[in-house]
Amino acid sequence: MEFDQHLPIYMQIMHVIKNRIVSGQLRGGDKLPSVRDLAKEFKVNPNTIQRCYQELERENLVFTQRGLGTFVTEDVETIKNLKTGMAQELTQNYLEQMQRLGFTPQEIIKLISTRVNRRDDHD
Amino acid sequence: MTKIVEIKNLTKKYFTKKALDNINLDIEAGKIVGILGPNGSGKTTLIKILTGLLRQTSGEVLIDKHKIGVYTKSIVSYLPDRNFLYKWMKIEDAFQLFKDFYPDFDTEKFAELLAFMKLEMKMKIDTLSKGMMEKLNLSLVLSRNAKLYILDEPIAGVDPVARDQILDAIINNYHANSSMLITTHLVRDMENILEEVVFLKEGKIVLTGDTETLRAEKGKQIDAIYKEVFATEEGYHA
Repeated sequence: MEFDQHLPIYMQIMHVIKNRIVSGQLRGGDKLPSVRDLAKEFKVNPNTIQRCYQELERENLVFTQRGLGTFVTEDVETIKNLKTGMAQELTQNYLEQMQRLGFTPQEIIKLISTRVNRRDDHD
Repeated sequence: MTKIVEIKNLTKKYFTKKALDNINLDIEAGKIVGILGPNGSGKTTLIKILTGLLRQTSGEVLIDKHKIGVYTKSIVSYLPDRNFLYKWMKIEDAFQLFKDFYPDFDTEKFAELLAFMKLEMKMKIDTLSKGMMEKLNLSLVLSRNAKLYILDEPIAGVDPVARDQILDAIINNYHANSSMLITTHLVRDMENILEEVVFLKEGKIVLTGDTETLRAEKGKQIDAIYKEVFATEEGYHA
């Protein structure tokens, strides 16, 4: 994986794991890979993964069971909130970039609906 | 945190030239630390002092609370930047040599590493490619249950697949109660596995810190910081 220059790596890996949770690739109660295995997957220092897991735990997205490993939260509400939060963030970024390009909110909505309709035709 | 390496006011002079100039550096257990710098920055001198091949001019160097000597040599596992095995050997001869020489050599660990690296006991040293050679050397060095691993340019000149295997082996053999000191100028390939970095320039530490913190502070990768710090020597323009 190519990392972004400007963000700490542990945050970028947190983002990947959040994506896996939201997309259902990792489900509530699933065991996360061991710190070492994930370190190998991303080719990063094991302590980076450790930190990433700690931060995810602080956000209540995962929990650790001593000697057993780290697991995805089984709280449906938390996962739903994560999903909403990530969607809002994406939307916010998109809107900011579009406004920087000089689009008005009306134009943006029109662009999106055209795009969504065109996708419907093809699907 | 237990300190594996403690270096205080370390200076090494070759006649009047200072190869190391008042170095202060601690390495805690469980850390993978990168020593970054171009050729001639003092990396090799520092390693030679830690491994007992050279003596410092002044200052103090402790490994696991001991001055450099017989004890420290027994707990330091060192990967030199050049081949240290004889051409007539097979891998099993190299294995036997290490097993006889180092009481902390772990045969089981070596077998695992060898399989992981896709190497076999029967292979002859002089038929190995550069990448295979590097993988063998690293397997030998990592198979010791040492407190300090010193890896001098572990991925220099190997292909990307071998490089990934080497990085995996390093991550796999990471231990919370031992430390690794890795020198490299291939910063881009190595920086993500380094927890701390030390920039060595003309014998002095010019920048040091936690890798993630440095990235966040400077808003760029260690590789980019490296190019900035050493711009004059290597002709980079940031």
